[in-house]
Amino acid sequence: MSLDRKVAIVDLTTSKIDIKPIPLEVRKQFLGGRGLAAYLLYKHSKPGCDPLSPDNAVIFSAGILGGMCASAGARTDVMTKNPLTGLLGSGNFGGFFAPELRWAGFDHIVVKGKAAKPVYIFVHDGEVEIKDAKNLWGKSVTEAQWAVREELGDPDVKCAVCGPAGENLVRYANVMSGIKNANGRGGGGCTMGSKNLKMVAARGTMDIKIAHPMEALEFDKRYIEQITSAKVNQTMGTLGTPFIWGATNSWGGVRTNNFQYNQLTYCDEIEPENIDEWSKKSIGSEYNMTGCFGCQVHCRAKYKIPDTPLARKWGVVGNYDEGPEYTSQGAFCGEPGCTHLDTLLIGNHLVDQYGVDNLEIGSTISWAMELYEKGILTSKDTDGIDLRFGNDDAVIAMVHHICKRDTKLGDILAEGGIKASEKIGKDSFKYLIHMKGMQNLHSDERATPALALNLALASRGSDHLRSRPAIDLYHLPVPVMKAIYSSPVPYDGPLSSDHTEYIGKPWQVVWHENCYMAVDCLGTCKYHTTFLGATLPNFEDWAKVLYYNVGLELSPKDIWDIAERGNMVERLFNIREGMKKDDPYKGEILAERYFTEPCKRGAPDVIGKFIDKNKFLEMRALFYKYKGLDENGVPTPESVKKYGLENLDKEPSRI
Amino acid sequence: MEAKAIVVNHEKCTGCRRCELVCSVFHDGVSNPSKSRIKVEKWEWEGLYIPMTCRQCVDAPCLNVCPVKAIYRDEAEGRVHVDHDICIGCRSCVAVCPFGAMNFNPAEKKVFKCDLCSGDPQCVRFCDMKAVDFVTPSRESLGKKRDAALKISEARKLGATIQYEGL
Repeated sequence: MSLDRKVAIVDLTTSKIDIKPIPLEVRKQFLGGRGLAAYLLYKHSKPGCDPLSPDNAVIFSAGILGGMCASAGARTDVMTKNPLTGLLGSGNFGGFFAPELRWAGFDHIVVKGKAAKPVYIFVHDGEVEIKDAKNLWGKSVTEAQWAVREELGDPDVKCAVCGPAGENLVRYANVMSGIKNANGRGGGGCTMGSKNLKMVAARGTMDIKIAHPMEALEFDKRYIEQITSAKVNQTMGTLGTPFIWGATNSWGGVRTNNFQYNQLTYCDEIEPENIDEWSKKSIGSEYNMTGCFGCQVHCRAKYKIPDTPLARKWGVVGNYDEGPEYTSQGAFCGEPGCTHLDTLLIGNHLVDQYGVDNLEIGSTISWAMELYEKGILTSKDTDGIDLRFGNDDAVIAMVHHICKRDTKLGDILAEGGIKASEKIGKDSFKYLIHMKGMQNLHSDERATPALALNLALASRGSDHLRSRPAIDLYHLPVPVMKAIYSSPVPYDGPLSSDHTEYIGKPWQVVWHENCYMAVDCLGTCKYHTTFLGATLPNFEDWAKVLYYNVGLELSPKDIWDIAERGNMVERLFNIREGMKKDDPYKGEILAERYFTEPCKRGAPDVIGKFIDKNKFLEMRALFYKYKGLDENGVPTPESVKKYGLENLDKEPSRI
Repeated sequence: MEAKAIVVNHEKCTGCRRCELVCSVFHDGVSNPSKSRIKVEKWEWEGLYIPMTCRQCVDAPCLNVCPVKAIYRDEAEGRVHVDHDICIGCRSCVAVCPFGAMNFNPAEKKVFKCDLCSGDPQCVRFCDMKAVDFVTPSRESLGKKRDAALKISEARKLGATIQYEGL
């Protein structure tokens, strides 16, 4: 049966493995993927634990539509208490792991405790084994995967891997899969490293039963057409996510030189068309795109690193990789003020091999560069590295040093911004562009209050994939916005097509927060919903796709409520772990520079813009109100009861 | 009329494996690549993906080897087909197929292979890239001719001298 699925709870300290079913009532409350993972993390991690201690848990979750007829049921969520922020850590990657995990008979793997020596978990056809990882430890992300396939004698094994950065406890280490599927922004790789867990390897030949196969197939055909007919996805399918850079940088919407400017100048080399040209040339084919399981958008390019002095110096000439993504353009070019294609391609390759978050490492290096510029760090602190903006070699050098923790500064920066600022001292914290202790991606939200609000409220810390109303930049007519934002629950408040406005934005953030939680529960891609395109599927379509695939009869409103519940559990987790709304370290507030430094570059609707603090606080208060939270952002007892979470703390885990 | 055949252009394949998904859903009502007739073989470290499926061979080894004549050529559909009422499950066909396109389902104790979905192959229908396509075999080489000619045409534009080896 489509809903008869299992969770494995693995304790690495005792080597005990519990296999449990997912009760139907839990399904109806949380669906699967990230929503159910939030519940599992809440119940299986010890309140207030040190994220690097055995008391933390790391949870690998496939969405409820993983491997099914849902355009691309490819996404895996990895959730843990984030070693970087001390709050919720959750990342999401595509590729082929989630479907394989489900073919192996499992939807979620909960890992607790700590192994005495390096191990990996092998999940195959209903069985879970803890195996010795002595031959895998120390290997890069891809080397480890090819080695485990060799060891298990099966080239189709799919892995969720902790790379060398995770082994070295870099606090923003990723879990990786395949060449470059990256579980960014969650710190899961670091938690894995702290548990001596090198990877979860999955291989399965079991059925995932489709409730109504022919109907699912036919619906999927139309669903895919809806997705691939969107212009934004067609562009993504040829240029990949770097196409976004073409728009945002020329407009003035990217952070450069840490946070000092909002546009990178003279950067033709890293424009999407040039990346695309190199990609095709380097792999010798006009068909240069690849993608995740089942996906017809295929938004990722393949490339080889060009023969340049920088590539020769670091010994990576001709290495194969995939991407680079929009985020890497920001991390290795915009933020550190670099303009060269080879820096971008090498930086992207190194983070894939080390298994570290490109955004966090790029932001951290750029922050250090500003400290260097301001004289807070000197060449004595950097081991002689000339950490000035635009120094390509210094960026690549620092990626190595942070991931290996082999220099004093690399070691400090591997601890993440807040901990590093405590060690560096002086004014260093002032220059850190973070929310909840996680640094921002490279986009600049000073001209877009809706996007700024999203950053401050994102449950995993500053982040664009939790609730960003990206379509706010499209100046959609109000009736179109009304159609989107008053379904599946009514909304009669104001809406504005002007992205520099503050009115109506809190509701948009509420709506997108639930939209993205729902899509993460389903385990499908955000590019297949109302994220970058206004015509893409959401709640209405999901009700159908769920019915045909798993046989669950849920209304669009039911899915909305499930998403709201998932978000509430994440919020309750954060509150349990010390989040307070105005705390500059763990709060729901923007870094001060958003309120005080106007944009210096860009189009007329950007230049001179900054966030009005009072209006921001009003937006936040409205967001709390819409979500049924009190003035401190804590769910009211009535809201908690409404979503059936009143016993969350007391009840024994239902899984 | 000439029956169509599945033609693979691996260069176009993005490696998404949608063909494996829809094949198993269409035939077995489940998502399970081990029950798919088509499989994408991958060399991930160089971005190479090659979809492998039955070629419906003209002189089919599976058909030739079958000791009970359970495998026959279905000219109308352009396929080599298994009659499960006759099949004894000896798996000789699995052993001799040079492409690994004949498979065995251990639960049902049956061999299975591509049946072209009786005229509307789902792998082709769902492959937007048309890395797997369904065309008449006599036209298979026409596209390649055009591509090769295009290269010559572009070389001429650049003023390059075309060297014919051996002439």
